[in-house]
This record gives sequence, C-alpha cells and structure tokens, in this order.
Amino acid sequence: MSVLLIAEHNNKEVKPFTLNAITAASQIDQDLHVLLIGSKADDVAKSLSEVPIVKKVLQIDHEIYENYIAENYTAAILKHADKYSHIICSANTFGKNLMPRVAALLDISQVSDIIKVISPDTFLRPIYAGNAFATVKSNDKKKCVTIRPTSFEAAETTGGTAEIEKIDAADQTENTKFINREEIKSDRPELGTARVVISGGRGLQSGENFKLITDVADKLNAAIGASRAAVDAGYITNEHQVGQTGKVVVPDLYIAVGISGAIQHLAGMKESKVIVAINKDGEAPIFSVADYGLEADLFEALPQFLEELNKLNTIQK
Amino acid sequence: MKILVAVKRVIDYNVQIRVKEDGSGVVTDNVKMSTNPPDDNAIEEAVKIKESGKATEIIAVTVGEEKAQETVRKALAVGADRGIHVKIDSTVEPLAVSKILKKIVEKENPDLVFMGKQAIDDDCNQTGQMLAAHLNWPQATFASKIEVNDKSLQVTREVDEGLETIEVNIPAIITCDLRLNEPRYASLPNIMKAKKKPIEQINASDLGVDTNPRIEHIKIEEPPKRKAGIKVASVEELVQKLKNEAKVI
Repeated sequence: MSVLLIAEHNNKEVKPFTLNAITAASQIDQDLHVLLIGSKADDVAKSLSEVPIVKKVLQIDHEIYENYIAENYTAAILKHADKYSHIICSANTFGKNLMPRVAALLDISQVSDIIKVISPDTFLRPIYAGNAFATVKSNDKKKCVTIRPTSFEAAETTGGTAEIEKIDAADQTENTKFINREEIKSDRPELGTARVVISGGRGLQSGENFKLITDVADKLNAAIGASRAAVDAGYITNEHQVGQTGKVVVPDLYIAVGISGAIQHLAGMKESKVIVAINKDGEAPIFSVADYGLEADLFEALPQFLEELNKLNTIQK
Repeated sequence: MKILVAVKRVIDYNVQIRVKEDGSGVVTDNVKMSTNPPDDNAIEEAVKIKESGKATEIIAVTVGEEKAQETVRKALAVGADRGIHVKIDSTVEPLAVSKILKKIVEKENPDLVFMGKQAIDDDCNQTGQMLAAHLNWPQATFASKIEVNDKSLQVTREVDEGLETIEVNIPAIITCDLRLNEPRYASLPNIMKAKKKPIEQINASDLGVDTNPRIEHIKIEEPPKRKAGIKVASVEELVQKLKNEAKVI
C-alpha cells in the first residue's frame, strides 16, 4: 500500500515544513502520494509534482478549501484514506490541529511528532519536551503519523514529473467559519527555519535593550528568539518565544544571551548544531549545553561581538 | 451554559525528568506531580466566563489513577463547581481518553469542553481534537483569546504564521494555549471549601470503552548528551572559534 502525505500550503506555494515531512514519509514507503486540498491551487500542485520523490499528487480543488479548516480537511482526507497504509503530515500547528481529528474517525491511535523512522510501524519520538526519547511501535492496521519537521531534511524540489490526479471534494462543515489571519511580517528569517538564531533573556533587563540583540541579528541575518522570562516580562512579543511552550528551533548556530537556561527553554533549542551562551553567571545551566560559553556582561560583550563581526571579511548568510 | 473542563495530572514542569535504567519509563516515585500547565489555563478561562455571568456551572473531569483526583480538587479550589474522576490504573492513550470523555459529555451535556492544548508528559496534542471528532463538534485549538457570544465563540488561535481567528458554533471543544490567561492561585479558604465539593467517581471499565493501548513503548531512553563545550575567555576568541572551528559564521 502507498502512504498519503497531507500538504500544507497557502494556495500559492507549498509551506517549507511539508518538504521535510515528504522526506520522512518517503522513508516509511517510497510509494508516496501527496494530497493537496485547496482552492485555485494549481501552482501548488505543479510544484509538488516536481518533487522527485513524490509518485503522485492528488488534488482536490474547491472554493470551500480557500482557508484551512480542520473539519473540512478531515472530511476530504477520510474520503480518500482507504487505499493508504499511512496518513502523514508535519507536526506544526497545521498538522497538530488536523491529524488527531482524522485519526479518531479512523479509530487509530496517532503517533505524534516523530524524529526518526525506524521501520514502517516503529518510530522514535521525544516525550517530556525532549527530556526522554521513546521508541514506539504502532499496532494499528493503518497509521496516522505526524513528523517533527526540523528532524528531517527538506526534499529536493526540482526534476520530478509526478502525475496530478484531480479528485472529489467532500462536504463542508456549517459549524466553523474562518474569520481572519494576522501574519506576522518580518524581513528576518522565520524563527522556525532560520540558520542562525540569537535569543535574549531576562538579562537584557528591558525591551529597549533588545536593540543589542537586533543589531547582531542584522549582521548575521539571524532570527530573533527569546526566553519565556523575557516574554513574560514584556520585553518582546510572544511569537519570539523559544522553548517547551514556545517554538522548538534547530538552527546551525544558536546564541543565547542573558538566558539562564531553564529546563523549559533548553527543551526548545538544545538540538541546535552549535550553541553559544553569553551570561555573567558562570553557574547558569545554559553553559551545560553550550559548545562555546562566554562568562561576561552582555552589555559589554554584545557591542564587542558586533565589532568583531564587522572585522570579518565575509559572513555566511 | 455548562462548561466541562478536562484536566490531567503530570510530573511538575519544574522537575528534571529522569529515565529509568531498565528503559521502561521515567521515574515517577517521590516526584512532584501537578496539573498539566495549559489545563490550568482551561480552568481559569471557564471560571472567568462563569464570573462574567455567561456560564452557570463548571465541571472538572480527569481520567487516571486514584491520585489524579488531586487535579480535580485543585480545579474545585479555583472555581469549578463539581468534579468527576474516571478511575483507571493502566496507561491510557489519548484515543481512549477521548472516548471516555465522549461518554462523560453524553452524560453531562455541556455546551463547551475546555482542556489544555497538550500534556507535557506524552506531548501528544491529540485528545481535544479527537473528542471533537467523536462528537462531530467544531474544534478551536491553541486558543489564546476567546469571546463568548450567544450561539458561538470567536477564538483566536496561535498558529505558526501568527494569529488566526475562527468562529465556532456551540457546542464546541476548545484547547487552550498558555497565553490565554494568567491562572489564579487558590486561596486557603477556597481550598477548604473545595474539600466539601462533590467528586463523582466512575470506573472506566463501566463505561464500555476499549482502553487497550494500540502503541507499544519498546524503549524509553535518555536523549543523546551534548558533548561538553568549552568556555572562551573573550569575545575575540568566540568569534574566531565560530569562524574557524565551528565554521558557522
């Protein structure tokens, strides 16, 4: 049997995490079909068909799918779920909202947020905010699985020529209406996918002082993160929060400034490839996960850091 | 309007998790347990709605072993009116919990069901959505703002792109984000009063629900440890290391 991956998109383009989920899905079974539920989303269908590891794109195109409503998506998925051994999507707010609704109606115990495919029925997933890893085996006949996107490489996006098959829409729910979406616009890379993240904590002492962080972020083309303490203190808005209750990030470089390293923050960043901690308290727990620790007053260290960066001939972007 | 709030007892979020040496789970003996943090937000929101005059009764429900009652008792101390404890000693997966909660909803006929968006132990993020599916009710997950109207709710949801607002007709299921509100502490007099509020105990086995696990936990292990890092003496050294050793800038 084939596996069915549910694509996330905005009717114009595929969302990046879908490409990571495609990679994971192809590790479960190479006969990978992608289900695209949207409205006037032919461009998305085309770009999905060009992903080399995708074998087929199933496209449902109807105006009721202009906005993503889990109830409507679920009905559409259930209509076509029969032929598949696995139903898969990314474990971001899109997939977390959607998949359990599908799983419940198929009477399947979902496997959430996997970070590794061990075999088609056995997966590795973090529990307790990544403080333990569980190897789990699903004994349901059919499986519903969500993928932690940052644990899988994004699939190649060019060279493929998968067939696009148009299939039927399902009924629309009367009970849920989309009102609006306020997307946070920024010239910076998105926190969840940035190559470099620099985060500030309570040590910054005020919102104005985040300027020190912003200046370095500009230089490194980094996304800006924050600890829960900094968010709670009102220094910065909550979409910047990294941690168990915020975003989980896995950048190549994570710079934690004035962050002590509470368990809940570490859960959101400790899988980063290289971690730098700048903190004046040498005993701060953040140093236990840092590759490079600098025990210093951030108000002196950050301007110096920027100065040293300015001296470099080239900086990776 | 009647609101049912589901709460779960988990290891306190400040406790450093320790994995058992035999790989069978994490250490829970003599470990501080608390209410799952976003479940506190769910209770708080229900209490605020009742205080505004839009709800008449709040029922707190939990599914779990004998001690899980503590979370219901805590909910009673911050404003829930009565409690239900569905007793089961074995581990229950979200799918089974959602089926149990469906039975409770059918018995109590609430207009709204609130719960936290995710439990911080298994990190599944499933129960609310599954309950909504079983009942064929609308769902509003990751709620950071709720406006109650006569027949519907406007819910602002925390999504990856920012904030999304949807309208759901009542009855509905809402899963709560930590940003929804600031949960209150129970006052001592209210803790005393809560001791007199009723908690109905129901055996899960009497509900006719299949609670057998479908997922086998083969092994629980510690995550790979990071290699110990170094302390650098100066900003200059830090930049040189990042450039020439780690090669990340």
